[in-house]
Amino acid sequence: MEPAVRPPPLLYRHRLPVRVMHWINVLCLVILLMSGLQIFNAHPALYWSQDSRDSTRIMQITQKQVDGQWRGVTRIGGAEFDTHGVLGTSLGADGEYAARAFPSWATIPGTQWLAMARVWHFFFAWLFVVNGIAYVLWTIFSGHLRRDMLPTRGEWRGIGRSVKDHLLLRHAHGEDARRYNVLQNIAYLTIVFGVLPLIVLGGWAMSPMMDSFAPGWVDLLGGRQAARTLHFVAAVLLVAFVLVHLFEVIVTGLVNNLRSMVTGYWRLPK
Amino acid sequence: MKKLAKPRFEQRRERRGFMRAGLALAATGGLAGCDALSHNDTAVDILRSAESLSNSVHRVLGRRAMAQEFSPSDVPPVFRANGTTMPPGEDYAEMVATGFADWRLTVDGLVGKPLELTMQELQAMPTRTQITRHDCVEGWSCIGQWKGVRLSHLLGLAQVRPEAKFVVFHCLDQMDADDEDTVYYESIDMDDAFHEQTILAWELNGKPLPVANGAPLRARIERQLGYKQPKYLHRIELVESFAALRGGRGGYWEDQGYNWYGGI
Repeated sequence: MEPAVRPPPLLYRHRLPVRVMHWINVLCLVILLMSGLQIFNAHPALYWSQDSRDSTRIMQITQKQVDGQWRGVTRIGGAEFDTHGVLGTSLGADGEYAARAFPSWATIPGTQWLAMARVWHFFFAWLFVVNGIAYVLWTIFSGHLRRDMLPTRGEWRGIGRSVKDHLLLRHAHGEDARRYNVLQNIAYLTIVFGVLPLIVLGGWAMSPMMDSFAPGWVDLLGGRQAARTLHFVAAVLLVAFVLVHLFEVIVTGLVNNLRSMVTGYWRLPK
Repeated sequence: MKKLAKPRFEQRRERRGFMRAGLALAATGGLAGCDALSHNDTAVDILRSAESLSNSVHRVLGRRAMAQEFSPSDVPPVFRANGTTMPPGEDYAEMVATGFADWRLTVDGLVGKPLELTMQELQAMPTRTQITRHDCVEGWSCIGQWKGVRLSHLLGLAQVRPEAKFVVFHCLDQMDADDEDTVYYESIDMDDAFHEQTILAWELNGKPLPVANGAPLRARIERQLGYKQPKYLHRIELVESFAALRGGRGGYWEDQGYNWYGGI
């Protein structure tokens, strides 16, 4: 008979408001990203200035003819990349290559339909902003921000070790795992107070009515087209964050982590 | 017999395969769901409710806010033309050939005093010049200098009746050369109609308005997107609702599903 092993303790890690707001956020970000790619398809180029002209363009997803065949290409600055099959050209439902910036599997709706993409985008933008404001208020007034998200002085000093641990996929166990580690804190704080506000401001800057509210405020973002570029860049940063986040969720225990984000209860790793 | 445990890498590989399949299913299922909802009237009505929310909030925040104006050095050599750049049909071609000599602007509908104006009469009115940025719904922007008469001036002359809620712009360009019911039209509310920067322009960047940009006259409603800036104007109608107008949504693109409120 095996000796009785006491299971590690279950902690109540995520309170109900955080769990609800987290999943609303997941839904919003997926739909905003995919409908945003559809909107981008209407004019798949980015500029750095107030306006759109050849001299201010920094990126473009387009097509060019090679040996009589259309190929998808992506230009960033002066460099050109062959992105045939994914960006610029991709297989449509009919099995033929179609000229479109982002492929239909990545966009809402799947077909080229700017008007409907905007309908999706603005509904979920409202939900996302309301949810985000609720989260920021809750995180400040519940003490979550101060208690869990701001790293202590000691944690700041341990940042080098934390980087090394992450690269070696070494994860905290026992009592060390009770608190978020410093890299986790930095990532969450950067996303919540940096990238997400930037993406909202960039979105507002694309509305001609919002541009008129305070004289010249869009210039602080570099101009109307620069703001559109920042909106896009912030979306790319968010996708990168989500990929790392999902990777960490999986390698540190998918079931345990998912349970904690659904029920709140998390088992402290031994 | 004791079941042999699979090696760990096998377990991991299976787990990965399972998760990939799950994710793929969720992604395609979700996509198909979103596409189905895009064709469901109830779902689309719910999603579209955000439009009136945006409109109301924007109105509260800045009823009289002014669109940004720029300096001459911000103006590029060419103002990008989009949509119709040469209206089809012999009637318009003849107008171009005669220098728009027979062109008239009508102001009618819910007004006390309907107007019919020649270009000379329009150009004799007080003018406003502004350098503004045109933001297309597709995503691009272009800066241009416009000169014309304030719409509010014309509305004053025509004595707009109190029950009028919208200004409808009727244009000369047919979107489908074979179908007369596809003539471009647009509409705005009274806040935008009486806004200081809402003008009817006959001049772009110091020259007469080119055909590609809407000759002889176009509207500039500077706090709205490009599709709300009708070109090739010939009639302005004051109405109480859009019910009697073609698709009933207040504009050519609106009838195709675009938002009526073009401030976002």
